[in-house]
Amino acid sequence: MSLSKRLSLIFKSKANKLLDRAEDPRETLDYSYQKQLEMLQQVRRGLADVATSRKRIELQAQQLTTSSDRLRQQATAAVAAGRDDLAREALTRRSAAQQQLAELAQQQAALQAEQDKLTDASQRLQAKVEAFRTRKETIKASYTAAEAQTRVGEAISGISEEMSDVGLAMQRAEDKTAQLQARSGAIDELLASGALEDATGPAKDDIQQELDRMSSTSQVEAELARLKGTPTALPEAAPAQLTGSAPAERERES
Amino acid sequence: MIVRILGEGQLELDAGHLAELNELDDELAAAVAAADEPGFERALSRLLARVRELGAPMPADRIAVSELILPAAGSSLTEVQALLGAEGLIPG
Repeated sequence: MSLSKRLSLIFKSKANKLLDRAEDPRETLDYSYQKQLEMLQQVRRGLADVATSRKRIELQAQQLTTSSDRLRQQATAAVAAGRDDLAREALTRRSAAQQQLAELAQQQAALQAEQDKLTDASQRLQAKVEAFRTRKETIKASYTAAEAQTRVGEAISGISEEMSDVGLAMQRAEDKTAQLQARSGAIDELLASGALEDATGPAKDDIQQELDRMSSTSQVEAELARLKGTPTALPEAAPAQLTGSAPAERERES
Repeated sequence: MIVRILGEGQLELDAGHLAELNELDDELAAAVAAADEPGFERALSRLLARVRELGAPMPADRIAVSELILPAAGSSLTEVQALLGAEGLIPG
């Protein structure tokens, strides 16, 4: 038998079990409707979970981007100061950050796709649940239990198929979210471990202080040269108050 | 004829296309039976593309049972085997 036919039979047998449950098919309508409302709630919660995970990834991506930018600035500064060893260390760490960012971007796209699918699925279910409610009331008002049998069967089987589909979409989204949360936790650990911090660490060791001093001195010289309207840097003229900004900015991390 | 693509919803197709779809469907079933992952992916994407091409989306507020149900786009062979293997897996 064809695969799609087999799948459709599997879904139908699921619905039939539900139909066999109640003696009066009209009771099945109410029971099913309750289940539908619960399912809608679940889908909404599922969507909120996916959105939360995505938000978390966005924040991580921002942190990684900040780390990556800072490490590149450091590498540039280190090269300018003739410290290739320091630059190499910064670039190695930056490369790790970039790699994580690329993977995050992929996962973010995958999660976005799941979220979109789940949003569509919940809208379809919502429309069907509303249609079901109307049909349920009509059937209950107009037919005896015996007459209702066929009509109930159609309605229940149709909506049951939709609910199964939505349920599967939710499982997929949950699986993706769980994978992502594991990944996300690993990145949190990486960020917390300081492996992506400044190559010289937050403690500001001698090398970083030296680098800071050298970089701010050269910035001051360049600024001064601009002020004087001459492209030549004048090393002896570096007023102390102008060197304040770069080190002060570094303090916020500690 | 109503066909459901899991994760996408239902489409209405002219019953005249059934023979063509059956052929693609059989290829898919054969790939599943042979546990041929690349063959499965090819057959599934061909079948889904053809159904989307031939079918028109059914209005969301219509409640109807599908004659055929197709795996979601991007499903893995393992996922489909699981679906076929145990109906207990299907929620709802």
